[in-house]
Amino acid sequence: MKLKNFGEGIAKGMAVTMKNALRRPITTQYPEQKLNISRRTRGNQLVWDKERCIACSMCAKACPVQCIDMVTSRDQNNKLQVDKMDYDAGLCIFCGLCVEACPKTCLFLTAEYEKARYSIKDFKLKKEDILMTEKSKPSGYYSPENESKLPKQTLLIDRK
Amino acid sequence: MISLFGRNIFPANFPSAMLPPDWPSGFWSHLIIFVVILFVFFIIMAMAFIYVERRVIARYQIRIGPNRIGPFGILQPVADTIKILIKEDIIPLNVDKLIHLLAPAVAIVPAIMIFAVIPFQNGASLVDLNIGILYIVAISSVSVVGLVMAGWSSNNKYALISVMRVIAQVVSYEIPMALAIIGVVLFAGTLSMNGIVQAQNIPYILLQPLGFLIYFLAALAEINRTPFDLLEAEGEIVAGFNIEYSGIKFALFFLAEYTEAVAISAIIATLYLGGWKGPFLPPVLWFLIKVFAVFILIIWVRSTLPRLRIDQVMGFAWKFLLPLAFINLLVTGVQIVVWPNISQWVIVGVNIVVAVASILLFSRFFRLKGDKIEA
Amino acid sequence: MALKTETFMVNAGPQHPSTHGVFRMRFTLDGEVIQDVEPVFGYLHRGIEKMTEGLTYTQDIVFTDRLDYLASMTNNQAYVIAVEKLAGIQVPERAEYLRVIMAELMRISSHLMAVGFLLNDLGAFLTPLLYMYREREKILDLFDMVCGQRLTYNYMRIGGVSQDIPEEFLPALKKYIYSLPGFIAEYDQLLATNEILLVRTKNVGILTKESAINYSTAGPVLRGSGVKWDIRKADPYSVYDRFQFEIPTGVKGDVYDRYRVRIEEMIQSINIIKQAIAQLPQGEIQTKVTRMLRPPKGETYGHIEGPKGELGFYLVSDGSTNPYRLHIRPPSLINLTPLREMLIGVKIADAMAIFGSIDICVGEIDR
Repeated sequence: MKLKNFGEGIAKGMAVTMKNALRRPITTQYPEQKLNISRRTRGNQLVWDKERCIACSMCAKACPVQCIDMVTSRDQNNKLQVDKMDYDAGLCIFCGLCVEACPKTCLFLTAEYEKARYSIKDFKLKKEDILMTEKSKPSGYYSPENESKLPKQTLLIDRK
Repeated sequence: MISLFGRNIFPANFPSAMLPPDWPSGFWSHLIIFVVILFVFFIIMAMAFIYVERRVIARYQIRIGPNRIGPFGILQPVADTIKILIKEDIIPLNVDKLIHLLAPAVAIVPAIMIFAVIPFQNGASLVDLNIGILYIVAISSVSVVGLVMAGWSSNNKYALISVMRVIAQVVSYEIPMALAIIGVVLFAGTLSMNGIVQAQNIPYILLQPLGFLIYFLAALAEINRTPFDLLEAEGEIVAGFNIEYSGIKFALFFLAEYTEAVAISAIIATLYLGGWKGPFLPPVLWFLIKVFAVFILIIWVRSTLPRLRIDQVMGFAWKFLLPLAFINLLVTGVQIVVWPNISQWVIVGVNIVVAVASILLFSRFFRLKGDKIEA
Repeated sequence: MALKTETFMVNAGPQHPSTHGVFRMRFTLDGEVIQDVEPVFGYLHRGIEKMTEGLTYTQDIVFTDRLDYLASMTNNQAYVIAVEKLAGIQVPERAEYLRVIMAELMRISSHLMAVGFLLNDLGAFLTPLLYMYREREKILDLFDMVCGQRLTYNYMRIGGVSQDIPEEFLPALKKYIYSLPGFIAEYDQLLATNEILLVRTKNVGILTKESAINYSTAGPVLRGSGVKWDIRKADPYSVYDRFQFEIPTGVKGDVYDRYRVRIEEMIQSINIIKQAIAQLPQGEIQTKVTRMLRPPKGETYGHIEGPKGELGFYLVSDGSTNPYRLHIRPPSLINLTPLREMLIGVKIADAMAIFGSIDICVGEIDR
């Protein structure tokens, strides 16, 4: 006579739980320990390199939610220049279509993620707030030279 | 002395006859000091169990539990208690006021009263009744009345559904529990808790493996824990009977559940694992170690198994546990009568064989069905 | 003398721990047995189909991410296939293989979550769910490495994919693929022979073969009832006709069969990924397509086999840069059609198990 249904499945299940209880926990104690995020991450703000920009407004046209508001005009040499570039970081959905659309690769997304602000009015940024400086960290999304400067990503599969 | 209907109900040298033999000074000082010790014990143990449960379940789920408040997170239950106490006490309009107010008290007081007879050391209990275990069985069935009062008076359909399930469950699991206890009493020869501990040369978990299993499962069903926790099944009826409670009344229900868990662990440690007996350490420490060991077993079961449906719970009690309890009682009784003086290890061997054989045999005849109800 | 009973109405409201998302069901109960159920949805309606009419084809890819937010890659793939069918664009080989790898990884991740949440609804208090989440985190790390996000990827473009894979992607992927069958075996040991799970899920929520076909269900719900129908074999898109894999089916159509079908599909996805890695060619990743694409006038229907069923996009174009009409066939909504038939006559506890086994995502139902 075949024996079944006597609790063997439950016993095997409990053995699996006990085996998992003896593993090292996979929690990261933030903010004391921080993991390295991906090198191509699409962070929370734009970074704009003003010297290479030719004011073509392709980024404003490519945005699906119209969060970049650009007004350009011609200066004395008949070259285009940027008068106003208002970027609303609250409307932006960080899709990266503007980074792809720029022909001179002067627009990047940042690699930082701790960009919380206290009031919703602080999300509307002007063109001075998104200029590229030494402290801003552009991420490697669509730009291989930025990607090589960032540290490698920590993967869960590498952790025991 | 004090008389009732003209008869003396207390012996002549009351109160000193009811004291344990080596306790200093008189009756009233013993009573007051021990009551204070018991209250401190149950509150600290309930909060310690809340903390231990969260940390151990987190370990089974490969994560760390709360560890921010206090060193190693020890003050976490204190923070939870303070948070619950400062919340607003909302009473909905259409509830039955008196029953709504009394329900938490009726739920928690019987759970605390169980601790009056549990021995922490040789003779160290509040009062050493010579009907100890019978008193426990009687008192512990009162706390379900508190839950029913809570569910009924809340005027809420979710509470009503959950409470109707739990009445049937608790009443049907009383019987296998009582029958399993009778097996232990037959071996020990006395109903008093301290006497049962003193009679255990080998822990009774070896002498009565089937009885331990039956008592463990029936006790889990009594305190409404997984896999029998349909009372507060969060997925289906969103917290069941305590859906309309907030503030300190909710804290009392929560505490009542953990106090019952402490009580069940203490009873299992006393009846089956040998209470305060142990080689090197002081007996109180052995008692606490055994209580925690049983609790970790309860947490292990909780973190692995899904929950059962109500008709499967009832089928399990009446068709599986009850016949096994009768078999256990029969075999124990026969052994007491036929072999009164034989070495105990022979009985251990025979009982383990009987336990394994009867579980395997019964599982063949027992089928739990899950199908539609016609009309 | 018969008992006189009265039925009462209970609302498993929009905020509930086990309806996955904002979904409302009005039960009419007699004791514990359900007499009637009326589902009410629409709480997450965002107007996606109307919004796509004001944007270009490339910008619409961002909105398709947010339909079934747990399986964004397959949503992207379905939309992009529909547009390429209409405009007649050829996709290079390397891009097709990359799309297949991403879609199969997405299928594994979505099934992990579906099985974990089914067990959470049955009462197993988060332990199997957290084991599933640990494996899903490894997949999300891989996606993070390729396209920078963990939930809304925006990876596929019309004519290919947007970026090539970095050089540490393939070693990490191989390490993961070879460790996953061991995890699935351990998970089977935890739960597949557990008596409580068997008792709760066998013979519960039976959907017969004829009913499943008549109600036009798709995906694991259809395959659990015994019908061998998979769009990857019946109407192959992309390069699926170059791989060898099987289609798991169930026997009876109860909750247990759907759970087993999902676990077997994960193993078949691992096979497909292994074959795709072995055959991955070099080459470009996107054909040159103008940013303001103007497909010719006409209409088309592009469909794929998503993790929850058949996801289809019906596209009507009038020759301009914006689509004239984009209609989405959501698999979760069509799979809910037999809900009333499955739920009448069962108890509440079973109702949540059946509902969890259909595996819906409210973002698709309400769009």
